[in-house]
Amino acid sequence: MKKQTGGKLARKTRPRPAKKARGSSAKRVATRSARRQEEALLLVGTMKGAFVLRSDKSRKKWKVEGPHFRGEAVYALLHDTRAGRSRIYAATNSMHWGPTLRTSDDNGATWSEPGPQTVRFPEDSGRALAQIWQIAPGRKTEPDVLYCGVEPAALFESRDGGASWAPNKGLLNHEHQPKWQPGGGGLCLHTIVLDPDNPRRMLVAMSTGGVYRSDDGGKSWRARNAGVRAQFMPEEHRYPEFGQCVHKVVHHPSRPGRLFLQNHWGLYRSDDWGDSWHDIANGVPSDFGFAMQMHPHDPDTVYIVPIEADMFRATPEAKLRVYRTRNAGESWQPLTRGLPQHGAYENVLRDALAADSFDSAGIYFGTRSGKLYSSRDEGATWSEIADALPPIVCVKTGMVGAA
Amino acid sequence: MIRLELPKALCAYADDKSTLELDGPYGTVGEALVALRGKAPGALDRIMDEQGIVRRHVNVFVNGENIRFLDGLSTPAGDGATILVIAAVSGG
Repeated sequence: MKKQTGGKLARKTRPRPAKKARGSSAKRVATRSARRQEEALLLVGTMKGAFVLRSDKSRKKWKVEGPHFRGEAVYALLHDTRAGRSRIYAATNSMHWGPTLRTSDDNGATWSEPGPQTVRFPEDSGRALAQIWQIAPGRKTEPDVLYCGVEPAALFESRDGGASWAPNKGLLNHEHQPKWQPGGGGLCLHTIVLDPDNPRRMLVAMSTGGVYRSDDGGKSWRARNAGVRAQFMPEEHRYPEFGQCVHKVVHHPSRPGRLFLQNHWGLYRSDDWGDSWHDIANGVPSDFGFAMQMHPHDPDTVYIVPIEADMFRATPEAKLRVYRTRNAGESWQPLTRGLPQHGAYENVLRDALAADSFDSAGIYFGTRSGKLYSSRDEGATWSEIADALPPIVCVKTGMVGAA
Repeated sequence: MIRLELPKALCAYADDKSTLELDGPYGTVGEALVALRGKAPGALDRIMDEQGIVRRHVNVFVNGENIRFLDGLSTPAGDGATILVIAAVSGG
């Protein structure tokens, strides 16, 4: 069996649960980690493969490796560092051969061996996996738990580090499910938000369907869309119980019940875990958009990239502007230094805006035209990392060698 | 026995083999392909989805004929038949 490296598809072992370090070996691991140089990791999913970028803590220069999975769309990536791992999960989708989930334990040098499809619908569901849109880690207290949001809209859970997966039956058989409708990208469950303090509470969002929350560990789910509009419905039905086209929901773990939502027309905040939503489109050029990212350290700071309209999915006034609020949506300010302010008809998709966890937070985003930007000063100034990647659909961050 | 020929992209799912011999007898192409579940389950998952439907951009030929223009997976596949799996017009 050939082992390939770099941009070529390579093989390794199937994903495994993390090993638990004990006794003296645990001390050795800790010491070794502390000595290692911390590196920033940037995972970029495109329509033609995934790129893995690495930099030192300065994040000034990036080493670009890839594309991995040449010709396959990579809509979801995750760097998981729980329980001593440093594992990348990649959701790949071949136009010919369909979707798969792959892993790498060496920062993309090699990838898990092609094998049977592990994220799969039960035959009696009548559904088949079209795409994995989101891979989310479980809580820190459950280091082998992972979640996948997929198309057609469903949630899958793994309790063994990704080796096997099962659909969440509460959502799979939800009474609203037959009425969920696909948006432009397909009927996808793209957002998974966990309550870090309450293991029984989690929230998902889908297009279209809207926001659903479970308070009983995923057994049952209630639509939580009060106040979120559905612009594409008749006037008298603009605020339905469900059916909204929610594009992204974020929160800060230090204040989990306060949620921010970028809608298909509409920018909202909830202060009660989604029981009610309030408009916070204060001073943005458009409340349409896809991407939304929480600041890693400040629960009042959120980033978005407004888009002109559903019928013209490009940055307003042909200016590429990230907007930031520092007061939980009371006001928003454009961040433009280093970004093109003329002739920039760009779009940034729902998972293509990310933040790292360094003290001075790095903010990153990728465009559908293949440009990748970074800011090392929380959005004050921007620089271009790459200008001609394939269309970017996903940007995620990680840190290698963190003690 | 049926001879199954896989495209290069799927050899990795079948111990790097491009040709598999499937012991029969099988009545149809579908029955022969499902027999992959025992030999190379990953390859089967790439050819068909969970509902047993051949993926949209995958073509399956039996003895040189595209099953889409025959009886689909119900097309007969007698002893000695050759099934060829090939990537259809598409790409990424």
